[in-house]
Amino acid sequence: MRHIAITNLQFRYPGMASPCLDIAHFDANAGERIFLYGPSGSGKSTLLGLLGGVLSAEHGTITLLGRDFSQLSQTQRDRVRADHIGYIFQQFNLIPYLSVIENVLLPCQFSQLRQAKTLASGKTLKVEAERLLTKLDLNPTLWDRPVTQLSVGQQQRVAAARALIGKPEIIIADEPTSALDADRQAAFLELLLHECAEANALLLFVSHDRRLASHFHREIDLTSINKAVIQKILSETA
Amino acid sequence: MKHLLSLALKSAWNRRFTLSLTAIAIALSVTMLLGVERLRTQAHDSFSHSISGTDLVVGARTSPVQLMLYAVFRMGEATNNMSWTSYQAITNNPMIAWSIPISLGDSHHGFPVLGTNRQYFEHFHYGDAQQLSFLEGKPFDAIFDVVLGAEVATQRGYQLGDAITLSHGMRATGPKHNNKPFTVVGILAPTGTPVDRTVHVSLEAITAIHLDWVGGAPMPGFSIPAQYVKKFDLAPKEITATLIGLKNRAAVFKVQREINTYDKEALLSVLPGVALEQLWQVVNIAEKSLKAVSAMIVLVGLSGLIAVVLAGLNERRRELAILRSVGAKPRDVFILLTSEGLLITLIGIVFGVALLTVLALFLAPIVQSHYGTVLRAAAISINELKLLTIVLGVSLLACLIPGYRAYKLSLLDGLTPKI
Repeated sequence: MRHIAITNLQFRYPGMASPCLDIAHFDANAGERIFLYGPSGSGKSTLLGLLGGVLSAEHGTITLLGRDFSQLSQTQRDRVRADHIGYIFQQFNLIPYLSVIENVLLPCQFSQLRQAKTLASGKTLKVEAERLLTKLDLNPTLWDRPVTQLSVGQQQRVAAARALIGKPEIIIADEPTSALDADRQAAFLELLLHECAEANALLLFVSHDRRLASHFHREIDLTSINKAVIQKILSETA
Repeated sequence: MKHLLSLALKSAWNRRFTLSLTAIAIALSVTMLLGVERLRTQAHDSFSHSISGTDLVVGARTSPVQLMLYAVFRMGEATNNMSWTSYQAITNNPMIAWSIPISLGDSHHGFPVLGTNRQYFEHFHYGDAQQLSFLEGKPFDAIFDVVLGAEVATQRGYQLGDAITLSHGMRATGPKHNNKPFTVVGILAPTGTPVDRTVHVSLEAITAIHLDWVGGAPMPGFSIPAQYVKKFDLAPKEITATLIGLKNRAAVFKVQREINTYDKEALLSVLPGVALEQLWQVVNIAEKSLKAVSAMIVLVGLSGLIAVVLAGLNERRRELAILRSVGAKPRDVFILLTSEGLLITLIGIVFGVALLTVLALFLAPIVQSHYGTVLRAAAISINELKLLTIVLGVSLLACLIPGYRAYKLSLLDGLTPKI
């Protein structure tokens, strides 16, 4: 069973004349590291919204871990996202009024599955959060600080710990390193790749920075698989 | 659900400065709303508490409410008196068990002076048919004896044997009856009624202190010393009103009609309960408008809350998107925002009730000494609880607005806020 399977997916926002996303085929498996190259306008946010189940496709199917999104209600898709996907965004990933540990544990509040999986290892939620933070090289002296006082790099590592807690099968990272300087980019990427490999999670890494692609199993150019973009380019050049 | 409430709580705490201002506005409006309600019910209670067992109140013809106000609550002044002969004539009626004559018009440091006879101490009842009792001393006996209400004694610090003088009229600054001092012979136990604020003397004393007066002022160059007053006829010529108790209450309308149709003088007799009801009707309009105003103030407070929550929403779109990404449903976002508003209202209500209790404790003595109404820092009544439930209900309805807006925004934004 594939972790992600997309067939003949079409999506358009209300009021649009033609689809902005049109993908004939896309697959991803457990443990895979995929580099999704997506400059702005390539339909990147739309694809992430569809994978997260917050948008629903007009045509075609998205299947996540065997669940066909077109057959699920909004609430059921929200449940799939909560249980099986960890997200890391470009920046401002953290809830400002929660502590570092509380931020990391947020997915366990919304997903009983991830809470159960965390507790199944015999540790308390807090201990597991601390373990992840330590592995992501976040010094314990920072754990009690308000998250707004952490540097961007530190915030990204907290966000990574949050994405990883409860061992979701899929990690989606949307430009997680763009706000970091070059040294920190490499360090962060290494930590993230290592943790995903350890959890055997599928990592879908979206970036416009092709230099990072060498760290991944596969590189996919969203502009080349999104027929809607190709159509647009063709019509503009014609 | 629990984690959402905890999130709402922490989020509210994060913006505690702005939100506490709105909570204060709500607290003040709740204090106002409950305060008006409490004053109203306690004033009603206090008024109904003031007299018991009296079947008829009789005075010169005026409005029933007016008669009640001065004869029972000792507020305002009588415009006309009734003659002593009329009093004797109507109380000769065999259906009447007892009567208490009342003569008002003088005061002592703002406290009303009431001329009466010893029937007063025997037959006057208040509250739940309670009789007057003496804290110290005994009823008046000699002409210049005086019996003080509990509050007069405590407020002025009087004790048995002290000498006091009365002033003419209701103003504390009015001309004084200096040449005829009175001796305190009794102090009544507190009743929570206007009796506490009353200075009681005999009807003869009222006549005596006015012997050398003409037209509301001392006769110039003429003064009758206190020791000679017994040489004069001290029987009262007029009284202000009388309270009547019947042998059989069933006869009350018959006796009332007889008094109201008494042909030698224009008299009015009223049933205290009926007159009180009329008084409430008069007061009702004022009460209603006060209630409406305080309801409006609550609405203003709640509008402020909604405005603050809505204004903060745009800055929180990123936060809502993060919550969505970790698995929050749009419904969760709705609950989060709605419960945040409700939480502030709840805090406002708690502080409002606390403020009211503190105010009641501090203001009770002032209100009692000025209006004779007993304010109690009582527990919340059923009526007040109803009002609070309504406030909470209205707040819930109002908070649906930011809740719904956040719901829509989170559907629109998904995981990537379009800021």
